[in-house]
Amino acid sequence: MSVPRYWRNIPLYYRLEGVKCKNCGRVFFPPRNTCLKCGSSSLERYTLPRKGRVLSFSVVRKPPRGFEHATPYVIALIELEDGSSILSQLTDCSPEEVEIGMPVEAVFRKVREDGNSGIIMYGLKFRPILSGRE
Amino acid sequence: MRKVAIITSGMCKVDRHWDLSLKELFSRALDDATKECELPKIDAIIIGNMCGVDLSWQNNIAPLVADYSGFSAIPAFRVENACASGASALLAGYLAVASGMHDYVLVGGVEKLTEGVSSDVTLALAKAADAETEIYYGASFVSLNALLMRMYMERFNVDRQPFAQFSSLMHRNASKNPYAQLPFEISVENILRSEPIADPITLYDCAPIGDGAAVVVLAPLDEASKCSDSIVELAGIWCATDTIDVASRENPLFMRSTFEASRNACKMAGISVKEVHVLEVHDTFTITGFLSLESLGLLPPGGSPSALEEGVLSPGGTWQVNLSGGLKARGHPVGATGVYQAAEIHQQLVERFPGVRASPAEIGLTQNVGGVGSVSVVAVYRRVK
Repeated sequence: MSVPRYWRNIPLYYRLEGVKCKNCGRVFFPPRNTCLKCGSSSLERYTLPRKGRVLSFSVVRKPPRGFEHATPYVIALIELEDGSSILSQLTDCSPEEVEIGMPVEAVFRKVREDGNSGIIMYGLKFRPILSGRE
Repeated sequence: MRKVAIITSGMCKVDRHWDLSLKELFSRALDDATKECELPKIDAIIIGNMCGVDLSWQNNIAPLVADYSGFSAIPAFRVENACASGASALLAGYLAVASGMHDYVLVGGVEKLTEGVSSDVTLALAKAADAETEIYYGASFVSLNALLMRMYMERFNVDRQPFAQFSSLMHRNASKNPYAQLPFEISVENILRSEPIADPITLYDCAPIGDGAAVVVLAPLDEASKCSDSIVELAGIWCATDTIDVASRENPLFMRSTFEASRNACKMAGISVKEVHVLEVHDTFTITGFLSLESLGLLPPGGSPSALEEGVLSPGGTWQVNLSGGLKARGHPVGATGVYQAAEIHQQLVERFPGVRASPAEIGLTQNVGGVGSVSVVAVYRRVK
């Protein structure tokens, strides 16, 4: 990934910054310029909550280029505490431990490297909330 | 707007064509189309292709194939809409003929997926998703669909059995299709035992990676009878979008793009979707097949397993689905798939499809999806008596 492209996306990758429609309240992540629900162009920056639960998940065994080192890993659709959804990778647990409804929280992690001379990419993955960690 | 007809169609077998390039594949499909009908003077060429840039290092694909096949100094361009590139090219061809701008338009789809190693192909296909969010965290195209499959299993309380039954039916249909990449039967038990790719999706839930090309020739309906006596009217065609990413959808198990495209294409053709006799739907994965049938408006949400069980989707059933074998077993040369579907329905309606034939059919439908439902094209075809 190019450095400017990565830099442009830091609000998404590091801080879960989306937008919220000022008119109807719908949250969008990634952000949109116009609300897909009510058509309003009045949207404000909105930081998504960092906790949620697993809506669905898949264990990737044939990865796209760049993720061979991490295989198998878990991609999950996560419903956050405000009802919005996000797609991310799960971390700090084995694929066998994951189940639908499992509470998870965002943690800062390395995502991948762009070869030996490219940038190292980071982002927010989600890990299980263990009882006692809150 | 003028009415539009398909006057001929052709395909080459979907396969791992190590010995053929993009332009040679296209040329094979064109030769196939001229077996039954002498080609009229072509006014324009529109090509569907998705991965030429990534896997063949080739842009400018329409002039490339036009040149090789003997066309020069006519309009030619490529349409890219991920896996719906083929049907999007068909839509562009329809508009060109209906508007009166061109009379005879050659619509083609061509794709070469075997040019790269597995992880490159996986990445090329994943680019149908949102590159900046979905691909970033390592989601493959298979895993995005696997999220939906698990959700479907959870919501409608089904296991992998009905998905395997669908796959088995597709293979049975493909076993008679000379153009199919996987023309063999496989039992439900063997499908259930196949290797996991992105759980819960296993190998036999997936369309194979293959190369292929297909063409259809469009003409004004009024003039079509001059060139051919096996004419099918392209009675309705519509394209619709949904959010580019799966996470932004309120109900990921409803393909809104397919629903809207189906509703509008049927309205154009003046039919209800349930009047369709034979259809080719987009089953990249078995779950995609289920969601397609339900989102088209044929079946209620969660209704695919029981419809399969009752046989309404089988040859001779109420809606004969994917007699070609579908993407699952005919194969899925992504940007060409939509044109394969159009060619198959054309040949079904004129009763010259060389595989499993529909019991007499007058109305056909195709549904071609790009991304995980982020765009769909639905077309309705009617036999001309």
